[in-house]
Amino acid sequence: MSISAFDALIAGDQKIEYKDWMPDGYRESLIRQIAQHAHSEIMGMQPEAAWISRAPSLARKAVLIAKVQDEAGHGLYLYAVAETLGARREDLLDALHEGRQKYLSFINYPTLTWADVGALAWLTDGAAVVNQVSLCRTSYGPYARALVRICREESFHHRQGFDLLYTLSQGTPAQRRSLQEAVERWWQPALAMFGPPDSLSTHSASSMAWRIKRATNDELRQRFVDLCVPQAEALGVRLPDPALRWNPERGHHDFTPPDYDELMRVVAGHGPRNKQRLAHRRRAHEEGAWVREAAAAHAAKEAAKQAAAREIDAQEAIAQEVDAVEEEWPLWEVFVRPRRGVGHTHAGSLRAPDAALALHSARDLYTRREEGVSLWVVPSRSMTSSDPEHKDAYFAPAADKQYRHASFFPPPEGVEGL
Amino acid sequence: MTALFDYLLGLGDDALVAAQRTAEWCARAPQLEEEVALANIALDQLGQARAFLTYAGELEGAGRDEDALAFLRDEHEFRNVQLVELPNGDFATTVAKTLLLSAYQNLLYTRLSRAAEPQLAGIAAKAAKESAFHVSYASVWTVRLGDGTPLSHRRMRDAVEEVWPYTHELFEPWAAPEAGLDPAALRGPWLEVVDRVLGEATLARPRDGWAATGGREGRHTEWFGPLLAEMQYVHRAHVGARW
Ligand SMILES: [Fe+2]
Ligand SMILES: [Fe+2]
Repeated sequence: MSISAFDALIAGDQKIEYKDWMPDGYRESLIRQIAQHAHSEIMGMQPEAAWISRAPSLARKAVLIAKVQDEAGHGLYLYAVAETLGARREDLLDALHEGRQKYLSFINYPTLTWADVGALAWLTDGAAVVNQVSLCRTSYGPYARALVRICREESFHHRQGFDLLYTLSQGTPAQRRSLQEAVERWWQPALAMFGPPDSLSTHSASSMAWRIKRATNDELRQRFVDLCVPQAEALGVRLPDPALRWNPERGHHDFTPPDYDELMRVVAGHGPRNKQRLAHRRRAHEEGAWVREAAAAHAAKEAAKQAAAREIDAQEAIAQEVDAVEEEWPLWEVFVRPRRGVGHTHAGSLRAPDAALALHSARDLYTRREEGVSLWVVPSRSMTSSDPEHKDAYFAPAADKQYRHASFFPPPEGVEGL
Repeated sequence: MTALFDYLLGLGDDALVAAQRTAEWCARAPQLEEEVALANIALDQLGQARAFLTYAGELEGAGRDEDALAFLRDEHEFRNVQLVELPNGDFATTVAKTLLLSAYQNLLYTRLSRAAEPQLAGIAAKAAKESAFHVSYASVWTVRLGDGTPLSHRRMRDAVEEVWPYTHELFEPWAAPEAGLDPAALRGPWLEVVDRVLGEATLARPRDGWAATGGREGRHTEWFGPLLAEMQYVHRAHVGARW
């Protein structure tokens, strides 16, 4: 494939797929955006996970665990997409831990009360839905498919947040007060999620041209505000913006844009919780190192045993296995049979030290919403795929053999059963 | 109060406190895949707790629902074993707790799914499937840590040693007539499961010695009060509020 073939696909609103040729800039933009998205998913677990132990009802506790779990899942889907572009999860995590790559700034604000859990979900997951629904049409196929799954789950997050707040709005004076205060705290951080204004956004133009992004920061922000206003009314809360009002000429609400200096400050690491969030993430990663190493060591031992049984060079097998697990658990492709009677389809990928854990993770990650009745996991390095470069040689010749299709032979009128 | 009510509280409290502990791993698991797995286990345990406590409340007929039972009872009114109160410790300790608890729960739920009492049997049948997966997950990790690196072997061994004294309580005589089983009879099959996993993990079964007891009568460890305080305080700070 060449630049002109790539441009033609983009212009024709077709998807770019795994292993297709792509300009370096396209690849880099995608990796940057997907990494930032993935980091935001896993960092975003913290402000809410902090409230799981204190959730005031068992039903809310269950919903909150499920939501935080989804965010981990989103991180996994997205790191797997980045891997299709040649990035490695381990490197991306290093970049996050060392502060070289960023995550969304709202995560650096504190969740002070139970109402903050609802406000965070209603506003920031709501903003994420607006952003990601638009991104589902992104030009990179694996990213678009991951986003479809993510969007479905984000709407659950958004909805449960609103539901939590709505219950508070019908509650005691203290509950209603905490609702109002929490919404005031999260309004600005949510608006800031759409990034700097279009006039200042450094990456927007090229991302739009490549159809990685499908709407500008300001368009999405406006869409979000317009959606929030009636919902806030239903909750009986005041959105903290004196300039917020309907503008009949524009057909949109006017509002005060978020404080970009503050956004830039927080992105640069100077928000109220940046230090703690990153330290927490780093600590979890470091404290988990011995576990990951143990699983890798066990997998290597098992590989050596199997090699010995098959009488192939055990040393070589260990070397291969150790190579594969030294830095990171190997990648597995997951195939799910959605129901009896249909074939397994590719769902995504994950990392696991061995097949047993790959199956466990696949079950948790890709079938937790009743999406399957059977699973296959295959080591990614065992898969052989046709080369996109040979697409024409492989698949074009079928196009001029229309006589293979029954529809090539229209039956004479009145003749049936053919 | 009927024996069945008390029994349901015990089943529900075991699951609830286990869920509370398992969920403490959220956002601090050793690997992202384990985030998803541990959250799944916590959700299963919490679902079991809610089913048992809801049923207990209905049976009592005093208008207490799952939340009243979870958030408004004091420490001494909880009927869970002390095993589930133990702090999570490192990942090996959590794996050990999960293995030893879920192997017991799986045997227990499987038996209870055949109980004459239909509602109890129904809840247990669903819980048995869930706990079977927990056993599988914890076994896989016990083996990987036990047979992994020298460090992980040491930690897994220490974890099993540390948790072992708290397992005896699981098999103490304690059951409603409706359950139709003697907990002591579960220990044999439980040891079979545990021995197989420990063997594969190159670990020895700890010697039986001091045995924790008292949870079923409401006597708990020093760790339990803080766990409840954290779990209950928001609910209790707003008397009568809906959530
Ligand atoms: Fe998410
Ligand atoms: Fe979300």
